[in-house]
Amino acid sequence: MAGSIQSLERAAAILRLLAGGERRLALSDVANALGLAKGTAHGILRTLQQEGFVEQDKDSGKYQLGAELLRLGQSYLDVHELRARALVWADDLARASGETVYLGVLHQRGVLIVHHVFRPDDTRQVLEVGSMQPLHSAALGKVLTAFDPVARAELMESEREAFTPHTVTGLDAIDAEAAVVRERGWAQAVEETWTGVASIAALIQDRRRNPVGAVALNGPVERVCTTEPNGTAGPVRPELVVSVREAARAISRDLGAPRF
Amino acid sequence: MTTSNGQYIAAIDQGTTSSRCIVFGADGRIVAVDQQEHSQIFPQPGWVEHDAEEIWTRVQSVVSGALAKAGLTRDDIRAIGITNQRETTVLWDRNTGKPVHNALVWQDTRTEDLCKELGRNVGQDRFRRETGLPLASYFAGPKIRWLLDNVEGLRERAERGEILFGTMDTWVIWNLTGGVDGGKHVTDVTNASRTMLMNLHTLQWDEKIAESMDVPMSVLPEIRSSAEIYGEAVGELAGVPVASALGDQQAALFGQTCFDVGEAKSTYGTGTFLLLNTGEKVVNSYHGLLTTVGYRIGKEAPVYALEGSIAVTGSLVQWLRDQLGIISTAAEIETLASTVEDNGGAYIVPAFSGLFAPYWRSDARGVITGLTRYVTKGHLARAVLEATAWQTREVVDAMEKDSGVTLSALKVDGGMTSNNLLMQNIADVLDVPVERPFVAETTALGAAYAAGLAVGFWPDLDTLRANWHRAAEWTPRMDEATRDREYKNWLKAVERTMGWIEEDQTTGQ
Repeated sequence: MAGSIQSLERAAAILRLLAGGERRLALSDVANALGLAKGTAHGILRTLQQEGFVEQDKDSGKYQLGAELLRLGQSYLDVHELRARALVWADDLARASGETVYLGVLHQRGVLIVHHVFRPDDTRQVLEVGSMQPLHSAALGKVLTAFDPVARAELMESEREAFTPHTVTGLDAIDAEAAVVRERGWAQAVEETWTGVASIAALIQDRRRNPVGAVALNGPVERVCTTEPNGTAGPVRPELVVSVREAARAISRDLGAPRF
Repeated sequence: MTTSNGQYIAAIDQGTTSSRCIVFGADGRIVAVDQQEHSQIFPQPGWVEHDAEEIWTRVQSVVSGALAKAGLTRDDIRAIGITNQRETTVLWDRNTGKPVHNALVWQDTRTEDLCKELGRNVGQDRFRRETGLPLASYFAGPKIRWLLDNVEGLRERAERGEILFGTMDTWVIWNLTGGVDGGKHVTDVTNASRTMLMNLHTLQWDEKIAESMDVPMSVLPEIRSSAEIYGEAVGELAGVPVASALGDQQAALFGQTCFDVGEAKSTYGTGTFLLLNTGEKVVNSYHGLLTTVGYRIGKEAPVYALEGSIAVTGSLVQWLRDQLGIISTAAEIETLASTVEDNGGAYIVPAFSGLFAPYWRSDARGVITGLTRYVTKGHLARAVLEATAWQTREVVDAMEKDSGVTLSALKVDGGMTSNNLLMQNIADVLDVPVERPFVAETTALGAAYAAGLAVGFWPDLDTLRANWHRAAEWTPRMDEATRDREYKNWLKAVERTMGWIEEDQTTGQ
């Protein structure tokens, strides 16, 4: 791009990399993730540190976001605030669809489940708040990977296990699907993590349109997907996609995101 | 009576800070909500009033608002249900419809001295056997007496039969059914059970108590069941049957479908109200709980409840946020509490204005105890959440002692149910599962359910029960040894609060 300043671009990339929640990265992590020489990365980090945008942990030498950024109003959203704001909409999605609903955020190279609404059939179900879902193969993870550069960076570092024959593990294929997800605004995962389970997810944004999490609906393939004439599972049901996207928009609106 | 094919029920929730109208569909799902706040009037410290005329204006406005949002007309509404802030008292002129004074709100403490005086040599339990309540400033009876004593000429007008009394259900129903032009002057058993003037066993006004309180019988409304057609609405909802009234906490019990003996619900807000269904039995409390009517459907036998209230729960989190500034939003308490594994030995007992159920010690004040150099703000955040859990445990223990019923699960609602750590903690200390239903609006839902039953929109309680679905469940994870040790520590911390105020006379048991 004409007129752009390379060192500022790199500084911005470093901040974005460090902005994925409460995390610390070593100099080599930063340099590798962004394809920079260690010396270059170190120079930028030192400048950011002087400005208070980055802090270095004394013991480990790792870098994290600095307090100055918080003062700029760039603090990440408290996940419990997210749950409190999402509660009504997540309930509504589960009731309207008859399926399980999850809210997830990026955390340690995976998706942390911060809210879980039971399938409304009163069968025994166990609350999964605090558990993790994979970035590469769950619908929640696919949405975060597509919209959040930090998630994309973490995906590269993570082990991409093939849970089922349907799991996509190659980076090129994942990136190609991420482009589709960005284009249409939602992700699906059919039997890619759990056999027999299909899920649909959409992005939750805060008032600055930052990706803060995702909401997903999970259910058996037979209910979540249409059935092809030959009896195999077809694409996910469009009415469920609409419900998931509406829930994501409603939660984003409650977080102050502008109307779409 | 018009017979309507309406497919919706409208619930009016006349609350302490706002009035709302919620329209429900047959499956109990919310179709539309409208809400408006009203003014809180504080004439002097401890006094809280509402303008009843403003409240009626707001109620009319939210009814129109909710219908408009849902795109419905009165033909779509099969019945109207009412739920309301309890005990708030208004007196008005039956000929003009004008209130003679602002309504005295339940929180208003101006009748404290009057209550002491009414206790005479017996004390605050003078009317407990008949009414299930201790003499305390919340209840409506003494508030009526205060108005009659303090508004000039009012007693004479009341004795001439010109004045009507009502709690907010009565005020809304009277206006909704025509006001000066034939409005029905009625209340339901649950609201009447908070006046200290109703005999719990006969469900009629107790003439002796009314006489002791110097309240003329002529001002009192007719006591009806919680689910029956009181009359037809006029105005916006003309012709629609007004078919239920329930005090807010009883409505939540009903909305949570706690229809069986031993079923209980707990509503977690700034304070917490726990109600246990005790069936057709009036259970006297010897452990500081209130005995109250849970609900009565038409001519069926009344269902009673034990009620335990916790004054400070969500407001302790607000205190941490507003007074200490340790957190910036209420939700952050969980984030902070999650930074540590346990309370680090610290306990907080929020006896800000004394200890309530089951102790009733006004000489107690709050403590933070068990402090060592090790304790961090994370530990204090955990102690804050644990305080709500242990206070729940103490109320549940008192209920089990009074009723002999052992709780098998606790149904929860209210704003604090979004706090996952707190809900887990409650399951841990009670050692029973904690269940959260879909539809957070259990209070309005309860009023809608009762109204729907009265007009046959829903056939029976089983149908309502089938509408209740579990959205989340927390199962106990704490081992018994830890629970016993922690409870012992909590009780030790509670002990430390007592006797702090020396000059104050302790009241209560």
